[in-house]
Amino acid sequence: MADSLRGKLAIVGAFDTAVGVVPGKTPTELCVEAALGAMADAGIGRSQVDGLITCNAFAEPIMYHAEAVAEYLQIFPRYCFSVNTGGGTTFTVLHHAASAIATGMAEVIVISMADSLRSSMTREQAKRVQSSTGHPQFEQPYGITVPAYYALIAQAHMAEYGTTAEQFAEVAVSCRAHAAGNPTAQKREPITVDDVLASPLIADPLHLLDCSLVSDGGSAVVVTSAERARDCAQAPVYLLGVGEGHSHEHISQAQNLTTSGAVDSGRLAYEMAGLGPGDMDFAQLYDCFTPTVLVELEDLGFCDKGEGGAFLQTGATRPGGSLPVNTHGGMLSHCHPGNPGAMFALTESVWQLRGQAGERQLPKAEVGLVHGQGGIMSSHTSIILGREAA
Amino acid sequence: MGAGNEKILPPVTALTEPYWAGCREQELRLQQCDACGQYQFYPRSICSHCGHNELTWRRVSGRGRVASFSVVRRPMSEAYPAPTVIALVDLAEGPRMMSSLADADPDSLAIGQAVAVDFAEWSEDIFMPVFRLVTEEKQP
Repeated sequence: MADSLRGKLAIVGAFDTAVGVVPGKTPTELCVEAALGAMADAGIGRSQVDGLITCNAFAEPIMYHAEAVAEYLQIFPRYCFSVNTGGGTTFTVLHHAASAIATGMAEVIVISMADSLRSSMTREQAKRVQSSTGHPQFEQPYGITVPAYYALIAQAHMAEYGTTAEQFAEVAVSCRAHAAGNPTAQKREPITVDDVLASPLIADPLHLLDCSLVSDGGSAVVVTSAERARDCAQAPVYLLGVGEGHSHEHISQAQNLTTSGAVDSGRLAYEMAGLGPGDMDFAQLYDCFTPTVLVELEDLGFCDKGEGGAFLQTGATRPGGSLPVNTHGGMLSHCHPGNPGAMFALTESVWQLRGQAGERQLPKAEVGLVHGQGGIMSSHTSIILGREAA
Repeated sequence: MGAGNEKILPPVTALTEPYWAGCREQELRLQQCDACGQYQFYPRSICSHCGHNELTWRRVSGRGRVASFSVVRRPMSEAYPAPTVIALVDLAEGPRMMSSLADADPDSLAIGQAVAVDFAEWSEDIFMPVFRLVTEEKQP
């Protein structure tokens, strides 16, 4: 069963709306725009779509969100649901979409996600975002903020492996260097490690520039079977491997603060693909805060455990490095509209593998890994994508 | 959730009431499994070690060590002072819990430091367990 999905599914359409500060558009409008853009990219008409997956929006919550988007688009899917979870949502949903196509539940699935955290949030909605994290009885009352949850992981990594604030800062510097080559990125001015360390402390050891952006934006992909993909307008990008690992919800319950469920998700994805970390031409790693990338580099096998900081300081993840990471700029520099945040890493991977990434196109992009995590390093999905089906 | 100037109060349930009742009496209480003898946190209807469904509330030592910490410089609301030190505490009886460190100097904290529980009165019903650094000699 380990290879059951390998090469059978393909992403055939990808589209991002404008991102960053996008006033005057509701999350639903951004979601619809993204879906239509991805369908146009694929050469797929509305009548051909029989599956739709969305995520709910903090700035415009709707109980049956996917149904509302389907209604807006006037498509009538036989496979339709929305998810309410956080940033790890995106790739978990892609896993589900792939399984649905493989089992015949749907043939052409649009995954579209958008939110408007920057321009459309009310004060009450912003508080709901904050209170959606942490145990309501045993964590939230202490006044812990989202950066502080991740700071607990960073602090433990520093104590266990001697990792430094300078090494975490390397992640922000590297993502910004990639964003400099991406005209759509929200932040493009190059930064240095000193800039990160000089930015205000938010939750020790994390500074402002260790934290991802707050953005508006939407992004969508179209997924279908490998057979059907051959008739689409763009070169297919094949799913070669996928795996998940779910270790806890609350950080106080994590069995290990410094090693994550990415170990499991990565192992399963590599096994399905028949590939290893050394085969990846790039990696898009979930970067809500800089320590997540450092831990993911280790747990996904790109360096040894405890060596993430030293690996980052070699410049390997920067443009021109041996393993470019977050080639669009990531959520640290491209955009982070909340639940949809990782979608932009997926569309970026599609463009890199098609050779359509413009001035930031990697010289070699045949196989890449994308990784999402949600909660507080709680829920992990790793996906391996490639230009060839096998 | 209340207005921006009110702390988040824990929504107590029937299952967790003995924990909060203990806090009101300045006692930290944990569930101990009647079958395997392990303590657990947070309170549940089953043992997180062996799955047994009979557990007994016990007063525990309130001693532990800092497993990790962060200094919150930007508080979530005006109700919370800044800086506030949030910590994960490994209790002497085994379980790990989140708490805050009272009166701790943010610049002299380290993982592994010994702590003891104290209780902060937040309302008539809610006394929040917080921890204070203690000298090693006081560790049992």
